[in-house]
Amino acid sequence: MGPGARYALRSVASGLGTLLFVVVFNFFLFRMLPGDPIGLYTRGRNVPPEQIEALRAELDRPLLEQFVTYLANPFASTINSARYNQPVWTLIGDRVWATLLLVGTAIVLASILGTWIGIRAGWRRGERFDRVSTGVTLTLYSMPEFWLGMILLITFGVGVGFVPGVFPIGGIITPGVDPTSLAGVLDVMWHMVLPVTTLMVVYLAEYALVMRASLIDELGEDYLTVARAKGLMDKVVRRRHAVPNALLPTVTLILLNLGFVVSGAITVETVFSWPGLGLLSYDALRGPDIALLQAIFLLFSIGVIVANIIADLLYAVLDPRVRA
Amino acid sequence: MSGPARTPAEPATAPALEARELEVRFPAGRGRWARAVDGVSLAVRPGQVVALVGESGCGKSTLARALLGLQPVHAGQVLVDGAPLAASRAGLKAYRRRAQLVLQDPMGSLNPRMSVYESVAEGLRIHGVGDEERRVAEALGRVGLRPPERFFARYPHELSGGQRQRVVIAGALVLEPSILVADEPVSSLDASVRGEILALLLRLREELGLSLLVVTHDLGLAWNIADRIAVMYLGRIIEEGSTDEVLGEPKHPYTRALLSVVPEVGRLEPVVLTGEPPDPAAIPAGCRFHPRCPLLRSGLPDEVVTRCHGRALPVLPVQGPHRAACHATDRASADS
Repeated sequence: MGPGARYALRSVASGLGTLLFVVVFNFFLFRMLPGDPIGLYTRGRNVPPEQIEALRAELDRPLLEQFVTYLANPFASTINSARYNQPVWTLIGDRVWATLLLVGTAIVLASILGTWIGIRAGWRRGERFDRVSTGVTLTLYSMPEFWLGMILLITFGVGVGFVPGVFPIGGIITPGVDPTSLAGVLDVMWHMVLPVTTLMVVYLAEYALVMRASLIDELGEDYLTVARAKGLMDKVVRRRHAVPNALLPTVTLILLNLGFVVSGAITVETVFSWPGLGLLSYDALRGPDIALLQAIFLLFSIGVIVANIIADLLYAVLDPRVRA
Repeated sequence: MSGPARTPAEPATAPALEARELEVRFPAGRGRWARAVDGVSLAVRPGQVVALVGESGCGKSTLARALLGLQPVHAGQVLVDGAPLAASRAGLKAYRRRAQLVLQDPMGSLNPRMSVYESVAEGLRIHGVGDEERRVAEALGRVGLRPPERFFARYPHELSGGQRQRVVIAGALVLEPSILVADEPVSSLDASVRGEILALLLRLREELGLSLLVVTHDLGLAWNIADRIAVMYLGRIIEEGSTDEVLGEPKHPYTRALLSVVPEVGRLEPVVLTGEPPDPAAIPAGCRFHPRCPLLRSGLPDEVVTRCHGRALPVLPVQGPHRAACHATDRASADS
């Protein structure tokens, strides 16, 4: 087995180890919560006493026995969501696509634009583009995303003064429009404009700042001087030498953010009533809807772990030093 | 002395590389300029090894970069084979095929993401030279990495410091340059590897007729490999001559101070320089060394002291007889 395969195996194994820890933690965390889970579950609803008894019998089983059942299949939902009265994983399955669409689009756009801005600013450090873009990205980076979302919502959704509110103020599609038709697709895209912009701008600022910083780190490196001394044009020195090396930290950051694709932007989804996992977790927290929260926690952790494994593997492809 | 045979001081051919009253300035804030290179004339003749010696911050690395066209020049000229260095992109590119650079830190000089083969082949690709694999193998063999094929797929982090510097040198040699500028080529290497790399550079001079400019802070190293030595202080060459002359009978008190702490020489009382550290943004009037000069401190005739404080010294002529820019010890300087 080569060093590359060993490295890959090690990354996957350590990811699985983390996953096991998360499953165990996720089980006991919700057993330690104060309050009566059955009371929370049945609050405000007319539940027959025999059903409550059945639930209590389930929770009164020895802890170890419950733990073994959970370990055997953490995805089996024995208790429905209190708020929606549906199996939790069905609920998550319905919502996950909206989040993937929103956050995925935002991250892809932000990585392209952010790295481009970072490269341009860092390469010509101190010049006008750099001064302007660093000022703007720092401002955007310091802005709370929900606040930016509200400002955009009020300005372009509701309308302020002479600015007409052309964009929808929430949701993913106008009720009654068929999402599989062309009109439906366009309608979804129209709904995406504001939330995607909000998320993108925040991610973009981060990528641009990190990319700029790591490119500036790279600028002092001798191999750039050597490449120039060999007669390589400045532009090519940047493209072939400086940028690939400076990309490494940015790639890590983008991939780690990818882990949060599923957790979505809880605040942005809430501001724009985007029916994704972020809004779902917000609702589950308000309950609290314990069964739903437990499932969501597990899913979010898996997302981050998988993204980490991918980042590890990709890093080995990008950087020969890691493979050794 | 086990150094190489010295070439005569004054051959008739034009220097391979020459600087004429070169100046490089950097903005130092509040409208001031740091004069990193402040009127330097220096020449490297074909097949000659010239050592440019000075303490860190004296401008020697800036001078090396300016000589390679990597650093915009404020005033003066760089001449290659007697002709001014072309400012056009094509002219500069052609020059860069002939003159190559080797830097101090071999780890930093190699792109960590490129294999040895890619690093060495890069110059060939830039200049569109064919027969790539044979040339890369030849260059690697020449620097002692044998068999070369074994090193093709290796990455810099898998090599030792000495091997890395050999790869850097191979990357310079692959274009068959006539000029090699080496900025502290061995100072980041282990003592045992230093000798090997220096021997390699000298062998390349013999085999390929390279002209070599070695920038170093180490007089002992210069003594080992150089035909001529130029000592730089605060942006100016303050003493120049053949290695035997400069190190045998140093004229400038600065050279004497540097030499007094070289263990290989060990025949002078160690002189420790005092006074303010040199600042290229505030070069003293008169002789630029006078605030730190041990000779001046030990007492000189009043008439000389006045000149040290008030009269600037001329730029030393290129590759003439042994000269030093000093009012007290060099008659020619004092008279001019």
